Amino acid sequence: MNRFLGFVKKEFLHIFRDYRTLFILFGIPAAQILIFGFAVSTDVKNAGVAFLDLSKDETTQKLTDKIISSGFFRRTQNLISYNEIEDVFRKGKTKEVVIFEKDFGKKLLSEGKANISIIADGSEPNTATLVTNYTTAIIADFNREISGIRVNNSGLIQPEVKMFYNPNLQSQHMFVPGVITMILILICALMTSVTITREKEFGTMEVLLVSPLKPIQIILGKVMPYFLLSFVNVILILLLSWLVFGLSVKGSIILLLAESMLYIMLSLSVGILISIVSSSMQQAIFISLVGMMLPTILLSGFIYPIENMPKVYELISLLMPPRYFIIIIKSIMIKGTGFLYVWKETLILLLMTIVFIGISVRKFKVRLE
Amino acid sequence: MKDSVISVKNLVKKFGSFIANDNLNFEVFEGEIFGFLGANGAGKTTTIRILSGLSEPTSGEVIIAGFDAKKQAEKIKRNIGYMCQKFSLYEDLTVKENITLYGGIYGMSRELIRARTNELLDRLRFHEYENRIIADLPLGLRQKLAFSVAILHDPKIVFLDEPTGGVDPITRRQFWEMIYETAARGITVFVTTHYMDEAEYCDRISIMSEGKIVALDTPENLKKQYDVDSIEKVFIKIARPVNN
Amino acid sequence: MQKVIESTAISKKFRETQALKNISFSVNESEIFGFIGPDGAGKTTLFRIITTLLLPDEGEMKILGLDCITGYKELRKNIGYMPGRFSLYPDLSVEENLNFYATVFGTTVKENYDLISDIYSHIEPFRKRLAGKLSGGMKQKLALSCALIHKPKLLVLDEPTTGVDAVSRSEFWTMLAKLRQHNITILVSTPYMDEAMRCDRVALIQNGNILSIDTPQKIREGFSRKLFMVKANEKYKLITALRSYPETLTAYPFGDSVHVTLAGNQVNESLFDYLRQAGLKNVSAVETVAGIEDRFLELMEKEEKV
Repeated sequence: MNRFLGFVKKEFLHIFRDYRTLFILFGIPAAQILIFGFAVSTDVKNAGVAFLDLSKDETTQKLTDKIISSGFFRRTQNLISYNEIEDVFRKGKTKEVVIFEKDFGKKLLSEGKANISIIADGSEPNTATLVTNYTTAIIADFNREISGIRVNNSGLIQPEVKMFYNPNLQSQHMFVPGVITMILILICALMTSVTITREKEFGTMEVLLVSPLKPIQIILGKVMPYFLLSFVNVILILLLSWLVFGLSVKGSIILLLAESMLYIMLSLSVGILISIVSSSMQQAIFISLVGMMLPTILLSGFIYPIENMPKVYELISLLMPPRYFIIIIKSIMIKGTGFLYVWKETLILLLMTIVFIGISVRKFKVRLE
Repeated sequence: MKDSVISVKNLVKKFGSFIANDNLNFEVFEGEIFGFLGANGAGKTTTIRILSGLSEPTSGEVIIAGFDAKKQAEKIKRNIGYMCQKFSLYEDLTVKENITLYGGIYGMSRELIRARTNELLDRLRFHEYENRIIADLPLGLRQKLAFSVAILHDPKIVFLDEPTGGVDPITRRQFWEMIYETAARGITVFVTTHYMDEAEYCDRISIMSEGKIVALDTPENLKKQYDVDSIEKVFIKIARPVNN
Repeated sequence: MQKVIESTAISKKFRETQALKNISFSVNESEIFGFIGPDGAGKTTLFRIITTLLLPDEGEMKILGLDCITGYKELRKNIGYMPGRFSLYPDLSVEENLNFYATVFGTTVKENYDLISDIYSHIEPFRKRLAGKLSGGMKQKLALSCALIHKPKLLVLDEPTTGVDAVSRSEFWTMLAKLRQHNITILVSTPYMDEAMRCDRVALIQNGNILSIDTPQKIREGFSRKLFMVKANEKYKLITALRSYPETLTAYPFGDSVHVTLAGNQVNESLFDYLRQAGLKNVSAVETVAGIEDRFLELMEKEEKV
């Protein structure tokens, strides 16, 4: 036991002495969350909105005033025809166009409902989602006001939201789960594989092998510090996104942390596996980045929706652990679902972990060949 | 008297308050094999950097192959060759590719490179290896090739850093014969090494300790002067660093 | 006396290269046994088999009475190993490196301090310094301290003196000699022939073959002919001239002279005449005692002829 603790202590010394890497490990996720959080909060305070009022009556005037006086929006232009919409987006200052259909007020009075279109600039997906969310909220509020006047409660104004440029818009809520998924793979797989291959390169692995340390002690000793670091990182990201961005975990935090631990273990075992097959740090870094990071970003559904992928990629993505973790973490964080809804994904991750750890322990050599 | 190709007068190199080279004075002549010895941290590396135009002296005069190390570093680099034990050749390139690459770096014409390559392969009896990658060659052959490549552009001086470390005794002797031959052609050979028996092959040697040259003479005279039978013993007598 | 190492017909192959061929030797308790040979001779492979890091293809290797294949767990507790590259953590301090290796082997620095005090005292003033910032000589001493910290019965040092200056090397050999009084058997390898004289017994190794095993003195005495040391004013000319002299068997440059063996086994006037005619001045030729390197050259030639 003493041996093992001595080994873990040494690993922590390595980590804390290399303060640059440490800074990157904690700095990058924090920076991503911060940049994102601040970018969003400033934009929504003064987002440009243009109106295409085809009705020009009392109701549309009231609703327009309500939107502008909310403090989130600023009117950039009044449009006359649909043709102007694309043009106004191109100029870049307008994030959203609100369109009132013809005879909006009349329809509302006579038929009890009327249509309003909201078109947002999808090239900035996060702003676009926020802006449209705010607008629909304002419209909903307006609905309640007039329903108080009118007896008939059903129907009323029906907002229809459309995205310009990027119809498969990702919500900003995707960002935090995505960052967590990525950072965990990065720290666990990359850092573990690098620290083991580093020992090979320095020749210290030879001495460790010749010592009475057992292979499992070496593996666990390497894995422990990164397990803790990654766990701290998850908590840090969650805290930051809550503090700065106001994004709280809808579901059970305990469940989320437990699932994270499982995913961390999986990533660590992937890291060990990489270190076993690579003979130099350079190789380990290359395999981790190209083999793990890129597929995580591209194929896990983090950026590109899996449903839109060609069949081949979709099949490949089935083998990507991050794919399942993103589903789990999204469900828990955003939808607030419980374990019953993610047990399948959890099971897949668990099986993958067992397989990887099994291979790692079997493949870890007690000799040099 | 032969021409001097390295002339160092009152050379001082300081890093902040640390004096790496403390008033060095020496001359090396054309076609001479000069051994440059010293303990770890004695200041050898600093001196060699200055001699090869990679670093500027703080003060003093350094003339290499007729050029001033302070003002004409680029010209110096064209007139010297360099070979160190480890990283001289690209392991994943073939023998021929390495030679061509090296010739290109020194701005030699294509015809000249071709002619010299053939000459070199003849001399080393290397034709069977010309299309093999360096990694597949035995260490001894690599060392010989690295040396030949370092003098491909006919430099005035060639710097060798521990050239025969780890090779077998026969190859080692063949290597030293190549060095003698090169020196006989008029190229000055400047050797640094930790291995004192290697120093015995040199025409003259200098021993550095704590930034100063503490001995400079032929190996034979030094052994006589300190009344010992090997340069190693001379070295241990005078180059003992303060617990290094 | 019990043999610390008993190697019987060990062979090892890596893909096409036969790294070791039929290696048999034995090492006695408390002796300094040296493997002398160039890079690529098979020294490192052999040492890795002894330290249980590699398995031999053929043959039997017994270390401290245990088989190197089946007894590896027990053996690893009793072997101190210093690989070719000093196996230190450059980002840990001197003290931290030493403490780490002590805990890994289940001991403390205090417990075995008397064993390493001679060596460690040289670097103790720098114990807070990072190992990566040490000079070659200090790294070597620290690596040796680390390999010794668990008081191993067998110490295996793979090229401990490569890249270290002559003063530190000389100190190093003195330290090894002192370790003998602690009953530690030392196996050491070096490409430098002159270091053979510091060992009790040596094995000359080349291309995976052992050329000879004996005490350094006996190996030198094994030189079969009379050896002459020839000097003249121009070395390169001297070598070429000697090579073309009909009586010459071998002529090798050796420091400031050329070592020559002659068919008649004696120097006569005709040699001097021949050299003078070649334009050489100040020619001298005296008989000399063969060194380890001379014998190595002779054995290599024999090997090549076979």
